[in-house]
Amino acid sequence: MAKLILSMDGLVLKEIPLRKERMSIGRKAHNDIQIDNMAISGEHAAVVTILNDSFLEDLNSTNGTLVNGQSVRKHFLKDGDVIELGKYKMKYLAEAVSPVEEAEAERSAPFRFESVSVVGSGGAATPSTASLTGVETANLPAAAIRLLSGSNAGHQLQLTKTLTSLGRPGQVAVIARRPQGYFLSHVEGAGFPLLNGQAIDSSARRLENHDLIEIAGVKMEFVLKT
Amino acid sequence: MTNRLSAALEIAERSDTGLVRGQNEDSVLADARHGLAILADGMGGYNAGEVASRMATTLLASGLNAAFSTSAAHRIDGTTGQPFGVRCLVEQIEAVNSAIYRASGKEERFGGMGTTLVASVFCDDQVIVAHVGDSRLYRLRGDEFVPLTRDHSLLQEQIDSGLISAEEARYSMNRNLVTRAVGVDAEVDVEIHLHQVRPGDIYLLCSDGLYDMVDEADIRQALLTLGDNLEVLASHLVQMANDNGGEDNVSVVLVKVLREFPAAGGGWSRFWSWHV
Repeated sequence: MAKLILSMDGLVLKEIPLRKERMSIGRKAHNDIQIDNMAISGEHAAVVTILNDSFLEDLNSTNGTLVNGQSVRKHFLKDGDVIELGKYKMKYLAEAVSPVEEAEAERSAPFRFESVSVVGSGGAATPSTASLTGVETANLPAAAIRLLSGSNAGHQLQLTKTLTSLGRPGQVAVIARRPQGYFLSHVEGAGFPLLNGQAIDSSARRLENHDLIEIAGVKMEFVLKT
Repeated sequence: MTNRLSAALEIAERSDTGLVRGQNEDSVLADARHGLAILADGMGGYNAGEVASRMATTLLASGLNAAFSTSAAHRIDGTTGQPFGVRCLVEQIEAVNSAIYRASGKEERFGGMGTTLVASVFCDDQVIVAHVGDSRLYRLRGDEFVPLTRDHSLLQEQIDSGLISAEEARYSMNRNLVTRAVGVDAEVDVEIHLHQVRPGDIYLLCSDGLYDMVDEADIRQALLTLGDNLEVLASHLVQMANDNGGEDNVSVVLVKVLREFPAAGGGWSRFWSWHV
C-alpha cells in the first residue's frame, strides 16, 4: 500500500497508509488526515488512490499545495514526490513490494503476479517494475561507415540511428545499433552483402572495427570511433 | 478467392519468452490463405495463461474458418448491413470466451485464466479488427504509423478521462491492468472496427511486451526500414524488446499487403454496403 510520510522541519511526525480510495487532508476534524494548523485550510487537499496510482488534488485551499516546490491543482503522484502544505511536508511513497509479499500474492492471487491481471476479477493489484524503454546504448562507441568506392567514395555515414539502411533498390542491407554492438543484416534483393569478401547469410553479423562491407557493388569500411 | 488472398498478403510472426519470464504465455496464429492474423496474451497462474492464449488463437481460427466456408467474410449480412465477418468475429470470440471460461471453472489449476486477444480478418480490400484487452494492432501506411486499436486498460481509461497525461502514463504503475479480457467472465465485450486496406500497408499485431519495452518511434523506424523483409523485421522487433530488458513475453504478427484483393463480385457487395 502506498503511504505518505508526514513531517515538519525534517522531523517525521507520522506515517499514513493510503487505506481509502479518497483521503482528505485539512484542518477540520472530519478529515482523514487532520493537520491542526492555521496555515492549513479546513478542507485543504485530497489524495485519490486507484489501485497503484494516486492523485493529489488541491481543494481551492487558501495557501495552496506544492509538489516538489511547484504549485499544483491536480497532480499525478510519483514515488518520492514531496507535497507541501504550509510548513508541513508529506512524502509520497508508492507501494514497495517485499519479496515475501510477492510470494504470498503469487500463492493467493488467481492471476500471476507479474503478468497482466484483470481489474475487478483478479483483485490483486500488480505493481510492475515499471522500467521504461530506451535503448541502453550509452556505452556503445560511436561508429560510421566510410565509403571506399562509387560516386560518393570518401564520404562517411554516421551510424546514430537504431537502424541505418544501405544499398539501393534491388539490394538493401541494414546496420542495427544494439547494446551489444553493430550488426549487419541482409534485407532485400537476390544478392547478399559481402563481409570481408564473404557473402553473409540471412542471420545478422556483428561488425568489428575496419570490417570491409560490399553492398550492391559499393565497397565500404566499418569504423568504430574510440 | 483464398488463393488470391495468399498472393496478396505476406505474413511473418514471432513469439518470444523474453529475458525475465519463465514461460511464454503469448500465442500467435497467422494464416494468409484465409486472411487471418490472431495474437493473444494469456494470464493466470502456472501454465493457465499459456492454455488460455493457445485456446483463444486456435479455437478462434478454426471457428472462423468453419464459418467462412459457409459464407464469405465480405458478404453483406442482410440484418446488420455489415460484412458477415464482423458478426462472425464477435460470435466466434464469444464462443472462445465461453470455452475458456468453462475450462477455468472445471479445472482448479486453470482457475481465473484469461487472455487478451487481437484478431484481424482480411477480405475484399478491407480488414476487420476485433480486440479485447491491451494487445494492439498498428498500421504503417506511407510513413504514418498509427494504432488502430485502443487498449481496454485502466491506464487508457485514465488517459481518456484526463486524469493522467500521456507523458505521466509512462510512469504509471497500472500499466498492466486490463479492463476487458477473454475467458474471465461469462460474457465478453468485443470491440470491432472495419478499415479499408491499401497495397503497401503493413499491419502489426503485438503484445504489450513490445510496446512497453520499445518506443513507438523506434517501432515505426523499424517498420519503415525493414518493411521489405518481414522475417528480418519480426526478429528485429523482438530483439529490440529484449535489448531493452525483455521484461515480458513479446509477440508480433506482421501482415503486409502486396496487392489489392477485391472479392469476386466485390462490386456488388460494395454497392450494397453503400446502400443498405
